[in-house]
Amino acid sequence: MTSREMMHRSESAVSIELQTPDMTLNIGPQHPSTHGVLRLVAKVDGERIREVEPVIGYMHRGYEKLAEVRTYAQITALVNRIDWVSGFASEVPFILGVEKLMGVEAPERAQWIRLILSELARISSHLVFISSYPLELGATTPLMHSLREREYILELIEEVTGGRFHPNFNRVGGVKSAYGGGSTTKKQSMDLPAGFFKRTSEAMDRMDKICDDIDTLVTGNELIKMRTVGVGIIPPDKALEFGLSGPNLRASGVAYDLRKSDSYLTYDQVEFDVVSRPGGDCYDRYLVRLHEVRESVKIIRQAIDMIPSGPLQAKVPRVLKAPKGHVYSRAENPKGEFGYYIVSEGGKMPYRLKIRSTSFSNLTILPWILKGQLIPDLVAIMGSLDFVLGDVDR
Amino acid sequence: MELVDYLPIALLTLLGIAFAGVSLVLARVLAPSNPTPEKLAPYECGIVPLQEPVQRFPVKFYLVAMLFVIFDVEIIFLFLWAVRMDQFGWAGIATVVAFMLMLIETLAYAWKRGALDWNVSHRTRTRRVVAPEATIEKAA
Amino acid sequence: MSIFIEAAIRAVFVFGFLLVTVILLVWVERKFVSDLQNRVGPDRAGPWGILQTLADGMKSFFKESIRPTNVEVALFVAAPIIALMTALLIFMVVPIGAPVEINGTEYALVGADLNVGLLYVLALSSMAVYAIVFAGWASGSKYPLLGSVRASAQMISYEAAMGLSLVPVVLFAGSTSITTIVEQQQGTFLGVFPAWNIVLLPSFVIFLISGFAETNRAPFDLVEAEQEIVGGYHTEYSGFQFALFFLAEYIAVFNISALTAVLFLGGWSGPVFGPAWIAWVWPIGWFLLKTWAIVLFFVWVRASLPRMRYDHLMSFGWKKLIPVSLAWIILVAIAIGIRDFGLPWS
Repeated sequence: MTSREMMHRSESAVSIELQTPDMTLNIGPQHPSTHGVLRLVAKVDGERIREVEPVIGYMHRGYEKLAEVRTYAQITALVNRIDWVSGFASEVPFILGVEKLMGVEAPERAQWIRLILSELARISSHLVFISSYPLELGATTPLMHSLREREYILELIEEVTGGRFHPNFNRVGGVKSAYGGGSTTKKQSMDLPAGFFKRTSEAMDRMDKICDDIDTLVTGNELIKMRTVGVGIIPPDKALEFGLSGPNLRASGVAYDLRKSDSYLTYDQVEFDVVSRPGGDCYDRYLVRLHEVRESVKIIRQAIDMIPSGPLQAKVPRVLKAPKGHVYSRAENPKGEFGYYIVSEGGKMPYRLKIRSTSFSNLTILPWILKGQLIPDLVAIMGSLDFVLGDVDR
Repeated sequence: MELVDYLPIALLTLLGIAFAGVSLVLARVLAPSNPTPEKLAPYECGIVPLQEPVQRFPVKFYLVAMLFVIFDVEIIFLFLWAVRMDQFGWAGIATVVAFMLMLIETLAYAWKRGALDWNVSHRTRTRRVVAPEATIEKAA
Repeated sequence: MSIFIEAAIRAVFVFGFLLVTVILLVWVERKFVSDLQNRVGPDRAGPWGILQTLADGMKSFFKESIRPTNVEVALFVAAPIIALMTALLIFMVVPIGAPVEINGTEYALVGADLNVGLLYVLALSSMAVYAIVFAGWASGSKYPLLGSVRASAQMISYEAAMGLSLVPVVLFAGSTSITTIVEQQQGTFLGVFPAWNIVLLPSFVIFLISGFAETNRAPFDLVEAEQEIVGGYHTEYSGFQFALFFLAEYIAVFNISALTAVLFLGGWSGPVFGPAWIAWVWPIGWFLLKTWAIVLFFVWVRASLPRMRYDHLMSFGWKKLIPVSLAWIILVAIAIGIRDFGLPWS
């Protein structure tokens, strides 16, 4: 036995002797960085996490069941509350599914308006991420700067739909008559508010600027890089295995975007890049979202130029009834693939509505990715997955 | 230097303790006290703790403390020499440099043996490219 | 008896000075950070919200102080008091102005002019670790325990770096008395530059960085990292006991700023104008100016940087700061040797 081997042996003997019991630590539901009420039961050895078990359901509101006793028109008011950070974006796949089921198609202008509002919702959702992620790493300033810019987006959404967070703007076969609306005020303009496009393109200039600002404040920050580069690497095969989608998947190098592959709404007519990054770590997940804001700005600018005039609403029967059948409809939410499986037995209400919510699928990777990480990395990784608890628990 | 120099410090100690004591008593008198079992439970994110916090923590955290004791004692030696440097001349400097080289050697030893590597992950921490081919896919 | 009265005046003055300073400091920090973040900041209590800290302090008297079931009562109560005491006492050795003459007697504007000033500072800042470790351990809760374990490692590591960074300063001054160190920095260097210890640039930088770690300020606020371990050591503290920790933390920030100003930026040295009856104000002004500049630097850093990770922080301390300060001490010692004793072989 060489002296080196002896040293090794004596060291391992020591480390066996000094084993300390693991501590079970509850992280959440009431914890500053679990984005609400996620609970992680972690077995920790010092600061190292041995294993972690996510416990969800603290925010379960039973939307799938609620939908079974509501008409299709009423459900749109429910679904935008699933992921409230991007309310409009979770309406879109539902309404597309219902339209497919009923065999109606929205007029082109309505499709374009949906596209613009989806992209606005994407920007607003990503701005929430860009503001909260540095905060989770301990930097407070980006929060204030990007949340302020988000306010401009929310104002635009409010101007069109009447709601900052919960637009409830989609109708089967089109969008709500934007201004005034309702049967008693038919005389008012039924289109987008005057000057909306001008204000939108002004807001887009602001978005470009805030992206540049965030680039200088966060992207190049050495400490941010120390905290995120190489932390929480998700290889592409694992990402696919766990059903990740959206920016989390694209950050692992899989350039998969439903806007390209499904080309719903009018996404096939605008030009944009699918942002993906090769690293699969927290830093890349952050960068993908930052770049997607720029891509969304690009899309909205094109949409403003290309939007045709025309009606907002297709002819639909007064009482909406879906024929017997089932449909799965999905769209690229800011957080990833968002889908609805609608089963109809004929009638005004769906027989069953299954929500494939993005954050839930994205969270399934947590036990695997958090194993063996440190508590500060847990915060960094969890933040980088960008989930909304309402979206997880539904 | 006389002990009387420390008199203000002693007085400030008394003053500080008096301030803290009076304030705490005052706060106890003024503040409401309405304890409930939930309020008095130790904080664990809203979950009733199933287990007391372990009182024994992994020893690697205290390794730092041991290293610190070594270094702090050496620092005191350095201060003693530093105030009387002019009296020792080059002999003093040579001694201290030799002493410090030993200190550096200690540090290098601890470093090499991994005593300074806290919590190195089991997974690799270096940046690696997991999917080299895909970057930004241009619009088709 | 007159010695006793003088000592009492000094103690009361330092105490009052620090309390007023903290009230200003918290307000300045909040206003400055809010300016950096496009916010308004406190603006309700008093003109420009300047009384906000006072209002918050008063409020803490009326807040219920919760003592959870698992605590070790003695240590739990003692911890915030220890934190406050160490913070208060450190400032005793910081000279805030040039000595003034009143009725023919010269009074040093310092709480206590100790000849072991620097050692006293180092000793007390080591004591400050106890407050945090006690608080975390005595809380009988898991998050505070994690915080206190972090503290035990982080603060003492940087204690070592801080001690080493001060050795060149002592070499320059030949004394550990802080008043002597300031006096040695009077005058100019080459006729233009002030002869401050800032020439010991590595020491200055290391001292400042260690200061961030010692006071648990961002980016080294791991001990109370809200997003990770909720509040760290003060998770279980509430009411006035929490206020004491808060007070201690801000006094500590001011202490480190004042020490940096005194040890590296010449303290109260600076140009003096005007007649004798006004001239004594200038040194105090220079001292305050330099100290508040460092304070603002602390705030600026807090607003710009995220938090470091525990292992990065430790590696940075042990693998960078400590070797660099050791090498720097050797370099300075040899340089001073050559200046004072000539070349060793001549």
